[in-house]
Amino acid sequence: MPASEGQDRPLTADGVARIRREFPILGTPCRDKRLIYLDNAATSQKPQPVIDAVTRYYSQQNANVHRGVHYLSELATQEFEEARLRVQRLLGARLASEIVFTRGATESINLVAQTFGRQRVRAGGEILVSVMEHHSNIVPWQLLCEEKGAVLRVIPMTDEGELEIDAFARLLNERTRLVAITHVSNVLGTVNPIKSIIDVAHAAGVPVLIDGAQSAPHLRIDVEDLGCDFFVCSGHKMFGPTGIGVLYGRAEHLEAMPPWQGGGGMIRSVSFEGTTYAAPPAKFEAGTPNIAGAVGLAAAIDYVEGIGMEWIAAYESELIAHASAVIGGISGVRILGRARNKIAVVSFAMDCAHPHDVAQILDDEGIAIRAGHHCAQPLMARLGVAATARASLAFYNTRDEIDALGRGLEKVKEVFG
Amino acid sequence: MAERGALYQQTIVDHARNPRNFRAMDNASARAEGHNPLCGDHLSIYVRIEGDRLADVAFTGSGCAISKSSASLMTTVLPGKTRTEAMAIFAQFLQMITVAPGNTAEGGCATLPGEEGGCATFSGELETLEALRSVREYPVRVKCATLAWHTLAAAIEGGSQTVTTE
Repeated sequence: MPASEGQDRPLTADGVARIRREFPILGTPCRDKRLIYLDNAATSQKPQPVIDAVTRYYSQQNANVHRGVHYLSELATQEFEEARLRVQRLLGARLASEIVFTRGATESINLVAQTFGRQRVRAGGEILVSVMEHHSNIVPWQLLCEEKGAVLRVIPMTDEGELEIDAFARLLNERTRLVAITHVSNVLGTVNPIKSIIDVAHAAGVPVLIDGAQSAPHLRIDVEDLGCDFFVCSGHKMFGPTGIGVLYGRAEHLEAMPPWQGGGGMIRSVSFEGTTYAAPPAKFEAGTPNIAGAVGLAAAIDYVEGIGMEWIAAYESELIAHASAVIGGISGVRILGRARNKIAVVSFAMDCAHPHDVAQILDDEGIAIRAGHHCAQPLMARLGVAATARASLAFYNTRDEIDALGRGLEKVKEVFG
Repeated sequence: MAERGALYQQTIVDHARNPRNFRAMDNASARAEGHNPLCGDHLSIYVRIEGDRLADVAFTGSGCAISKSSASLMTTVLPGKTRTEAMAIFAQFLQMITVAPGNTAEGGCATLPGEEGGCATFSGELETLEALRSVREYPVRVKCATLAWHTLAAAIEGGSQTVTTE
């Protein structure tokens, strides 16, 4: 929590109301009801400056990048590379060339698995993930393990939803080739102690990939301070467009990794006798990139930095405390995930209704939550449920919306109770 | 957007809370498993066939109110029917919940005189199935409502097997 409640504090009730007006979709009726959007862990809504940046790019700046000498191509290239600098600053990377643009966190993980992973993992090797991973941080490693005859091993968690760090230390051994772990669980909201995980792994000489899809929208990230080898995130969960994502990789890794996809833009020179490759990040950006997406992501970063990540984190921590109290205070509702360090997400189960029925009844009230396995089936198995209902927050949500969710859950009880 | 019909009618809530024939069957002639990977729903359908008729239908498993009530209603209306009759009821049920209102021509189903659209209504002993009609206004939930029926069809036609909605 920032020190003062001074006047410059942006996320007062008035401040949030002002911010909400900058998200056009939040003012759009939903089945004749006011939209209450609590599915931010799936994707976030976009503020007008992001929408404007994409429109401006296509209206005034569109051309291919790194190709032409003409005015527009120069302009587009400049916008694209400035977006990279913006991401570099956001993540605290040492070099802009450590930022690779991808389609999203999923593609970033696949890129690392198919290059760094292929180089590093041999038969009998082990890759460590946690039980709370999203499928996108499980399946790429399973594919690699199948290809290499390697073994995927799983860090367990407590019933509260915290990783068992002692078990992690025991699982690390001389066969461990990589640790791939989520910063924040998309189901439990648990913030994992990644800095100490990275330190322990590095002490054993094991590199670490951090899945930041759920943390980057909510927390200040500093990859240099963390010391991680790779960090991935998705633009669309950070108030930017879909189809743009980020892979941060330490320069020495990116330089040593083979290219992933071949094509234009990733070469130094091509002949039929052989091809040499461009330096990172171009080496990993074959084909015309999502330029408008990068421009929109840069606008999203400017937008959240304009509010201040620290303010966002402080406001959201109040909001999640309120949400936990409201949801947890309803009899017959059980919150799944009680980690001490938890953000943005409240998963729950109701005695009287299946998550899909909960979400359906809330939908009639204009309230959008997610119901299902959240692309985390192994975690569902660990929790002993087939699915959960999940409310996930962003800085534009309000206490009133949480209270409306509470009333919606009472309505579910009226129908099924 | 037009107001949708209420999904959770009294019959559905009743069957979801107190599912009928919710039991395993020791002497089943056929059994099939149904999965909806999207929701994690899982049903086992049991059927005992005597001659050409369904003598008993039962189910176990877990799912949402729609999949459970649909399974429950199914087990109450099908006993006594021949396999052919059961399949015809399934076909009509499918039409009822998959053909959008006012879109009957494309769906190719019969419209009764005086009906606004949609398929012929279930009447008589099958009338309880009408409780699920508004599912057609909730396209995401159609798979929930059909899971039990597809699974039963697999049991009747193929003996024991597993079906999935994906």
